[in-house]
Amino acid sequence: MSVIVLLIGISLVVAVGFLLAFLWAMRSGQYDDTSTPQRRMLFDNKTARPKKEENKQEEDKEEK
Amino acid sequence: MIELESPQLEEKVTCFHCGEPCAEESRVFDSKHFCCQGCQTVYQVFSENGLTDYYTMDQRPGISLKGVADEGQYTFLEHPDIQQKLLDFHSETLSRLRFFIPAIHCSSCIWLLENLYRLHSGIKEVRVNFGKREASVSFHPGQITLRQVAELLHSIGYSPNIHLAHGEKQKKISQRIGMKIGVAGFAFGNIMLLSFPEYLGIEDMSEGLAQVFSYLNIVLALPVLLYCSQDYFRSAWKSLKQRFVNIDVPIAIGILVLFFRSTYEIISHTGAGYMDSLAGLLFFLLIGRWFQSRTYESLSFDRDYKSYFPLAVTRLRAGQEETVPVQELVAGDEILIRSQEIIPADAVLLSESASIDYSFVTGESDLQQMKKGDYLYAGGRQVGRRVGMLVQKPTNHSYLTGLWNHEAFGKPHEQKSRRTIDKISRHFTVVILSIALGAGVFWALVDSTNIWQTVTAVLIVACPCALAMSTPFTNGNVLRVLGRHGLYLKNADVVERMAEVDMLVFDKTGTITLPDGGQVKFVGEATTDELGVMGQLAANSTHPLSKKIHRLTGSLSTMKSVKKFSEIPGQGIEAWVEGREYRIGSSAFVTGRYAEGAEGTTRVYVAIDGENRGHFEVEAAFREGLEDLLDKLSGNYQWMVVSGDNEADKASLEKLFPENTPMLFNRKPEQKLKLIEDLQKEGHKVMMLGDGLNDAGALKISHVGFAVSDDTSAFSPACDGILYGPQLYRLDRFLAMAKGGRKVLLSSFGLSFLYNVVGLSFAVAAKLTPLFAAVLMPLSSITIVTFATVSVHLMGKTKKL
Repeated sequence: MSVIVLLIGISLVVAVGFLLAFLWAMRSGQYDDTSTPQRRMLFDNKTARPKKEENKQEEDKEEK
Repeated sequence: MIELESPQLEEKVTCFHCGEPCAEESRVFDSKHFCCQGCQTVYQVFSENGLTDYYTMDQRPGISLKGVADEGQYTFLEHPDIQQKLLDFHSETLSRLRFFIPAIHCSSCIWLLENLYRLHSGIKEVRVNFGKREASVSFHPGQITLRQVAELLHSIGYSPNIHLAHGEKQKKISQRIGMKIGVAGFAFGNIMLLSFPEYLGIEDMSEGLAQVFSYLNIVLALPVLLYCSQDYFRSAWKSLKQRFVNIDVPIAIGILVLFFRSTYEIISHTGAGYMDSLAGLLFFLLIGRWFQSRTYESLSFDRDYKSYFPLAVTRLRAGQEETVPVQELVAGDEILIRSQEIIPADAVLLSESASIDYSFVTGESDLQQMKKGDYLYAGGRQVGRRVGMLVQKPTNHSYLTGLWNHEAFGKPHEQKSRRTIDKISRHFTVVILSIALGAGVFWALVDSTNIWQTVTAVLIVACPCALAMSTPFTNGNVLRVLGRHGLYLKNADVVERMAEVDMLVFDKTGTITLPDGGQVKFVGEATTDELGVMGQLAANSTHPLSKKIHRLTGSLSTMKSVKKFSEIPGQGIEAWVEGREYRIGSSAFVTGRYAEGAEGTTRVYVAIDGENRGHFEVEAAFREGLEDLLDKLSGNYQWMVVSGDNEADKASLEKLFPENTPMLFNRKPEQKLKLIEDLQKEGHKVMMLGDGLNDAGALKISHVGFAVSDDTSAFSPACDGILYGPQLYRLDRFLAMAKGGRKVLLSSFGLSFLYNVVGLSFAVAAKLTPLFAAVLMPLSSITIVTFATVSVHLMGKTKKL
């Protein structure tokens, strides 16, 4: 039966992993706005913001 | 003799940009019609930058540029102090801030704003939050200044609203609640999983394994106790410090007892503990809280009077113009006030003349003419030329802040009349504690081994989780139903107070009467051509009466060339068209004599080449459905009309309102406030319906104060709710809804008490098993949530809301 202890340990680790993923998503603001993305996804691709990546990096640098 | 009646000619062509009907002289560009130069320019800018998809993305995206103030209003954004307050992030190469843009209304808006970088290379990224009508703008401060960003948005119709209060950065409350729900849900699920052997009554589990499971439960419950429950402990502690018992006190007791008793049982090997109930309790409680915050998020309210004042003014120092924040003004400063700007502090006029609109303060819509040396009170609005003035008192001592700082503002109603839930919870806690004590005493006499178990079981099962959820879910849903129909309440307590109201006080201007609209007719002699010229001239003025005249005659205009146009604020318009002099305005201005119009109407006189040609008669228009509304309200409510205006409309009001309706005119804001105070002293629960600032004091002091507004995105003063003007006729249903909400609330209280009685009877008999608690507690919460949500929405349907 001791194997069950091991399995429960593993399952808890996995569950904690998901919890952390959720907390990270929440902190990084992925749930802040749930109404805009559903409209934004309908826009054509040519409207994608090419500068976004570069912009993000720059910002990260600044924040450091 | 020509008589014209409004509504005027049919609409023919609509503007490609804003969708408003074009006058006959509409501009054609790129084979598309435009109603004005502004709309055409915006289209040109879009088409040059490949942004014409804007028009195909959604229906009617364009925003009319009519009635938009000049761009100088954003000069204050150059001031570093203000920039610092507003910017979320700032560096040499990147600045970011959130603008509140009320004009955001469709998918096209999102698309256009997020493609703003195509209009100016200095803009790096824009992210729109549609729900909050916010745009987060990142830009390169070296390439474009904050002011230019605001002006760019302004120039395409998306004028940002910038207020001091906005500058104070919000805390992410809903994010924190979300994380707590996540943790509580995680603990809830896993503890239940580990409690499965317990639920199924598996006895032959090895002792060691059962121990491992139990200890794991304690570990999982720790974050629930230490992290998720924080808010409840804090709130309970705060209320105890104020010698008051709110609903969070019994909840906090319940949480603590649950945790410590379970820990004790597990460590002493006497039982499995109630950790699953604890985690489940917090999980459901937090969901209730999250729901509550979601409901209020959409109704972002700002009671801060700072929001009315301009952020900065132009100060003249040593011949140099500079922009300073309002707070920095001191007596003796010389300031410049542009047209449409609010006078930020009491001041003495330095310019030759000024016309001040005090409708903010007195409710009187006529402009007041001021001469050099006159004393100007804060809160007035300059209309016309830019004027200079000398500050007498710094902002926070002036008359308006005095009114806003009335004690009614500092001490909100919530303090005076405790919420039903808190009243109940006080008795509730006392009753529970005495039951626990009684049970303890009983078992001490019968079987002393049961004392501890019974007392804690009572405290656990009585934890008013369901009770605590009744209020947010009932009132939250009522709020949503009301919000869908244009009544936006500040918080759920207002629903409870609405149900108590027995007297309605209506303000006149903007509440009963429509801000625009109303019959306009021309009485006199003029050719169609001449009327067209008048319409064309009226279009150049922002005066409400001019707008009405333009609506009547604008379509007749053939766009003549206008020379020497001048508008004398508060008087009228003077211009030369095709060699003839036109004068449109007050009788004193046009005819040189003072004359009074018929009752209930205002006259605008017209003269061509000095020859009196007649006048426009403008009637005050009342909102539709008022008579119907009063009819439905009669019997249950008393009402009266209070106005800051003169008695011009008395006759028409008397037609509208039943006989014996008290009507008071020429009331100043303080008098209105006093009136409400007196009525409340007589024992009435007064609901005040006013239009704005001039009623601020009265709105605040009344039991329920609603600001009636025709533009819900425009800011409204200290009040309990904003009622969208055209929905005023539904007031009876709103009131009925509030009363119904009260019934639903009481029923849910009843239901949760029922659950408590069942649970308590088991607890007192020392028969509360962990499994029973684990089923009963979530079940009661779910029942309450379902009951409250379903019954409120059903009620809304039956009341046609």
